[in-house]
Amino acid sequence: MRLIAVDLACRRGGREVFAGINFSLASGEALTVTGRNGAGKSSLLRTVVGLVRLAQGGLTIEGGATDLTIAEQAHYLGHLDAQKPALSVTENLRFWAAFLGAGAASIAPALEAVGLDELADLPAAYLSAGQRRRLSIARLITVKRPIWLLDEPTSTLDAAAQQSLIALMRNHLAEGGLILSATHSPLGLDGAKELRLDRTTAPAAATTGDVA
Amino acid sequence: MRALAALLMRDMRLAVRVGGGALIGVLFFLVVVTLMPFALGPDLALLKRIGPAILWLAALLASLLALDRLFATDHEDGSLDLILMSRAPLELVVLVKGMAHWLTTGVPLILAAPLLGLFLNLDAPAEGALVLTLVAGTPALTFIGLIGAAIAVALRRGGLLLAVLVLPLTVPVLIFGVAAANAADGGVIPFGTPFTILCGLTLASLVIGPVAAAAALRQEME
Repeated sequence: MRLIAVDLACRRGGREVFAGINFSLASGEALTVTGRNGAGKSSLLRTVVGLVRLAQGGLTIEGGATDLTIAEQAHYLGHLDAQKPALSVTENLRFWAAFLGAGAASIAPALEAVGLDELADLPAAYLSAGQRRRLSIARLITVKRPIWLLDEPTSTLDAAAQQSLIALMRNHLAEGGLILSATHSPLGLDGAKELRLDRTTAPAAATTGDVA
Repeated sequence: MRALAALLMRDMRLAVRVGGGALIGVLFFLVVVTLMPFALGPDLALLKRIGPAILWLAALLASLLALDRLFATDHEDGSLDLILMSRAPLELVVLVKGMAHWLTTGVPLILAAPLLGLFLNLDAPAEGALVLTLVAGTPALTFIGLIGAAIAVALRRGGLLLAVLVLPLTVPVLIFGVAAANAADGGVIPFGTPFTILCGLTLASLVIGPVAAAAALRQEME
């Protein structure tokens, strides 16, 4: 499986966020997107899953399930946690597992993997920011999807949780998954490619971040 | 299919939990209808004559109450992103959210209507006709409202805009709903005529509402 982006450009609110982005990502590879605040890291991830319209360029996927779009084969872990405070930890996860097509059997092991098994019946309203983030990460474990798009995945996580997330990411790569991650701090994934978004270079320079 | 069932269950569960819209809607309905006799005075003939109209107006406003949060909460907490990425067609997702809203807001209103009808001096045939028209008509209010809820999703405090957008569109439903409810109480028009048109309006809104709301959501996400 290979995810190929050619000459991506994104425009939001009439302003060009990024342009001329090329990358190619194969099974078992990780790509970290870096850049200063406002450089377009989140926009790039949202563009890949189709939540922001492409102004230019194309995204293709080779191999994998050919009848599914990129968004349908991807997990997107954004800044927002997609959790309802009125539902318990288990109820939140059970909904996303069912919505994304997994059985109920995957829920308990996933909560254990992120260390929330003791809080399973607590309403999500009482979770801390880091615990909410861990609950979001549990979603990635319950349902197997080859492409992971992670937006600042380690923010709000403590050191131990960061390590266990990185272990999960390594595991995902070893199983042939793809990871595209926007990040400020190095994740410590071996052999991860880096795509640097830098708006100070003229958008016309179409070679920005060509890591293919 | 299982994704849609899960969404229906979640939305209904959220609606009946603390801060959900189900109880608020029916309480608002109760308050508005109970206030009417105080404002109009104890004229039983007048209350009987305008009772169906009062109940219909109150039901319309009550079903709008929870509507502005329908997509807005999912937008604010990021759930809408994941829903938009899903394999289920967005039109069906919107239809299911509308169904959850009707089951938790419309159905309690229908159940409360006969009791409140007593406050307004409605007799048994008028009560029966009123409940029938609410059963046939409240889904139209929800599904027309979906369009406004989808348009207002990205706006903070979109509730007012929602009312301004949606209320004019519900005029036909209100006209034929009240006409049918009044017709049962004697009059020149037979009950069937406005009631059939009301059913037609509901069926049309069931199709147009989800399609239009899904289109609006796709635009909003840009």
